[in-house]
Amino acid sequence: MRASVERRLARNGAAAHHVRMTDSEAVVAVRDLRKTYGSFLALDGVSFDIQRGETFALLGPNGAGKSTTIEILEGYRDRTSGEASVLGIDPHHGGVAWKARLGIVLQNTGEQGNVTVTEQLTEFARYYSNPRSVAEVIAAVGLEEKEKTLIRKLSGGQRRRVDVALGIIGRPELLFLDEPTTGFDPEARRSFWDLVRKLKSEGTTILLTTHYLDEAAQLSDRAGIIAGGKLIEIGKIDEIGGADARIPIVRWTDAKGAQERRTNEPGKVVADLMKSGEPKNLEIVRPSLEDVYLNLVEAYEAKEELEPVR
Amino acid sequence: MTATLTTPPLSGGRTILLGLSRIRYEVRGYFRQADSIFFTFLFPLLFLALFSVIFSKGNFGKDASGHAVTAAGYYLPAMLAAGLLLSGLQNMAIDIAGEKSDGTLKRLGGSPLPVFSYFIGKIGNVLVTGLAQAALLFVVAALAFGVNLPTDPAKWLTFAWVFLLGVTTCAILGIALSALPRTGKSAVAVIIPITLILQFISGVYIQFSVLPAWLQNFASIFPLKWLAQGMRSVFLPDAFKAVEQGHTWNLTGVLIATLIWLVVGLILCRVTFRWIRKDS
Repeated sequence: MRASVERRLARNGAAAHHVRMTDSEAVVAVRDLRKTYGSFLALDGVSFDIQRGETFALLGPNGAGKSTTIEILEGYRDRTSGEASVLGIDPHHGGVAWKARLGIVLQNTGEQGNVTVTEQLTEFARYYSNPRSVAEVIAAVGLEEKEKTLIRKLSGGQRRRVDVALGIIGRPELLFLDEPTTGFDPEARRSFWDLVRKLKSEGTTILLTTHYLDEAAQLSDRAGIIAGGKLIEIGKIDEIGGADARIPIVRWTDAKGAQERRTNEPGKVVADLMKSGEPKNLEIVRPSLEDVYLNLVEAYEAKEELEPVR
Repeated sequence: MTATLTTPPLSGGRTILLGLSRIRYEVRGYFRQADSIFFTFLFPLLFLALFSVIFSKGNFGKDASGHAVTAAGYYLPAMLAAGLLLSGLQNMAIDIAGEKSDGTLKRLGGSPLPVFSYFIGKIGNVLVTGLAQAALLFVVAALAFGVNLPTDPAKWLTFAWVFLLGVTTCAILGIALSALPRTGKSAVAVIIPITLILQFISGVYIQFSVLPAWLQNFASIFPLKWLAQGMRSVFLPDAFKAVEQGHTWNLTGVLIATLIWLVVGLILCRVTFRWIRKDS
């Protein structure tokens, strides 16, 4: 058993090399990534690529391994085994020249904040070789009114916007966004989406984790779903989960109560219904990313319960 | 056609330039934090005032021209040494332990700021605040308590090197000690007992010569005893060396002991300092 795992790791290691040599446009390449904390297996063989200019969402329940993955790629954590390449460099050995090409928005921050928004951004801008202008970044995150306020006096959502500002001040080639919009009001989220689209149009590659599935659907080209440390699904946003998961649903109410039919020909179903008059509460629903995601995670968890982890 | 982003190389010599920028950033943050100003910046000044009042009737001996040494005059060098330890070691260790647990270091560790620039910022902050603290002590001692400050340039030269070497050594030991507390919250409880005991056994609050010989020898392992002795050599009349160990100011001993601790501190920093506790 052990020998076979080792053989598989070796094979995947070779595969990762191959991918890196032939596909120079992969900004992030991960092969069979594993991470254990003591006896706890946090990541169990995760593999994916992110192409240059792509926005990739990593989705999954709390504790599934999203942040562990992202922190390994940011260089904060060491992997137990597997291969990882970020901008062509092993994040375990990334130096300052490598960090100058990254932008990192961490999940939790609780700094003292004894500096103003402008002071903090001006200071961090110095660390990079081609930073964005401080005023431009402050405007992009909508903090013009608060630029001279001490960070500790800002609200949670405003502090989060400072985190985002610090992540993009260095004009990163690759931007990590770990639950960036936590604490944002709906308006702030919409303007954050506009900002991400602008960054994307400038060529920024983005790795996003979020619990807002509409956000992932709005912003990402592709998504990977992690559950129990495994990548259970990966694909384009409008293809993930397979064609069957995306069959439209027609719902209506008749004398017998609420009715529902999954069909690839919803128009025809509605036309048939119309023959007996206008149906009550008629709607045609295309399963959203959230529906697809919930189905996948539930199916995975049901399977895991049947086959408990050794 | 999609846009491509490329990052120009980082400029040479940026470690020093960013270090200087960090000094300004750190000093600004320090003076915006009310509790650090009170507990480390003004602490030696408060104790100088306190001791001057408590021991105003005390007999501290006479100087060469027969004038009595006042309590303020006697405690000035002790408080200068305490200032080095508080601003350098205590404040530094607690500050960095806090930055480690509140995420400041994690953010910096993900940015292209060199570790060395961060250290320059921290040590520079201690240097600036330590100098301001010493200047304030001189002003208050001279104007409020009538202490006669030395006029001999040689004495001030001694002060300069003891101060600079002491503040650097304490700062570097502070960086090394910041690895000790597990969390920012426990930092105060872990660090303050160390510095408090050192001050009691090193001739800061209590005259060193009254300590038993074994305790004097034990205290001589640590740098504070030597820094306090160096400061006494500058600000107390020369005859006072009679009560020092070996009846001499032993400035060579001050230099060697402090240098050894400087090297030990540098090695500890190199070995123990991490932006974050990985895998915690």
